[in-house]
Amino acid sequence: MKLLQERVKDRPAGENLIIRTAVRLMIPFIQLYGLYVIVHGHYSPGGGFQGGVVLGASFILLALAYDLRTSLRFMSERVNAVLGNVGVLIYTGTGLLCALLGGLFLDYSALDRILPLGPVEWRSLGIFVVEVGVGIAVMSIMTSLFWDLGSGGEMDEGL
Amino acid sequence: MKAFAFLATLATGVALLYGTKDFAAWGDAASPASSHVSPVYIERAVEQTHVPNLVTAILGDYRGYDTMFETVVIYCAGLAVVCVLRRQKS
Amino acid sequence: MEQLLAEIVAKYNYWIYVVLMMIGFYAMIGKRNLVKKLLGMNIFQTAIILFYVSIGVKRGGSIPIVDKHAALSHGIDATQVINPLPHVLMLTAIVVSVSITGVALAILIRIYRQYGTLEEDEILEKIGR
Repeated sequence: MKLLQERVKDRPAGENLIIRTAVRLMIPFIQLYGLYVIVHGHYSPGGGFQGGVVLGASFILLALAYDLRTSLRFMSERVNAVLGNVGVLIYTGTGLLCALLGGLFLDYSALDRILPLGPVEWRSLGIFVVEVGVGIAVMSIMTSLFWDLGSGGEMDEGL
Repeated sequence: MKAFAFLATLATGVALLYGTKDFAAWGDAASPASSHVSPVYIERAVEQTHVPNLVTAILGDYRGYDTMFETVVIYCAGLAVVCVLRRQKS
Repeated sequence: MEQLLAEIVAKYNYWIYVVLMMIGFYAMIGKRNLVKKLLGMNIFQTAIILFYVSIGVKRGGSIPIVDKHAALSHGIDATQVINPLPHVLMLTAIVVSVSITGVALAILIRIYRQYGTLEEDEILEKIGR
């Protein structure tokens, strides 16, 4: 590990201009594709887990092409931790809301009492809400896993 | 030690290969895995949830508990990595 | 001969998974390096995932994404759509495998920090067994 850190420190800056420019152009499209995979999970292969991993990969790519500090500037550690909690809370909160409205836990058709769209349509919408929660949580955890493993927990240098 | 490990692996492999004798053939629509629960899911999922992607329908609705604790598992993994690795800056 | 060939065509995918699983299992119990053990565990998990996905296949079946309007008006023939249940189970299994790999790598980094090596016998020597 010592060796790797020294090698990273000795690397001259600006040697990989092509990679950096290409990554900077690609990242918005990767994030757009991740959002598409999450919200289009009802009609095509996809869903919360897959889209979350694609979104997390965009931040990992940023950290790989630049360095860890740059990716921390775009997605601060505090925001990342909050997003991870929010994702899990969206899921469990949806389940709890269903129980509070008189249905069973995670029985989305009970949400019909908020806005009468029909119980079947609400089951479809409930899956969508839950998938968004899963996507947010997975994105944040993937990014944080890479930050911690790539820098050995110190969050300053790294790969 | 290596020889023992190799023998153990070989014994497990032979037992598993013997076990495949009773398996349903590849692509058999009447295999036990495809004939008890899954036809019910396939036939009723669209009607009950209006989601064309059956995998999403089962993942988000019928197996909602499974997916919820799945999210909790990955959340705990992230938390565990932070707890194991993070050091106070001296 | 004809019967043997039919048996091979019907079962060869399971045999491939068994071989893949044996490779992973040997790496887990035979190797002395902890990273190699972790890689073995990942190969093992891949074998299990492939095995489950191949259980769900139906010959001539389509993917488990159906036409909504046709399904609502005519219903679906369950033999024409492959089994979605193994896919769901393996989707969760893949996420668990990612979590396990992350936590295991974190623990390996911590072990390396503490003992300066990832070889099992050297670590046992330093612990004093």
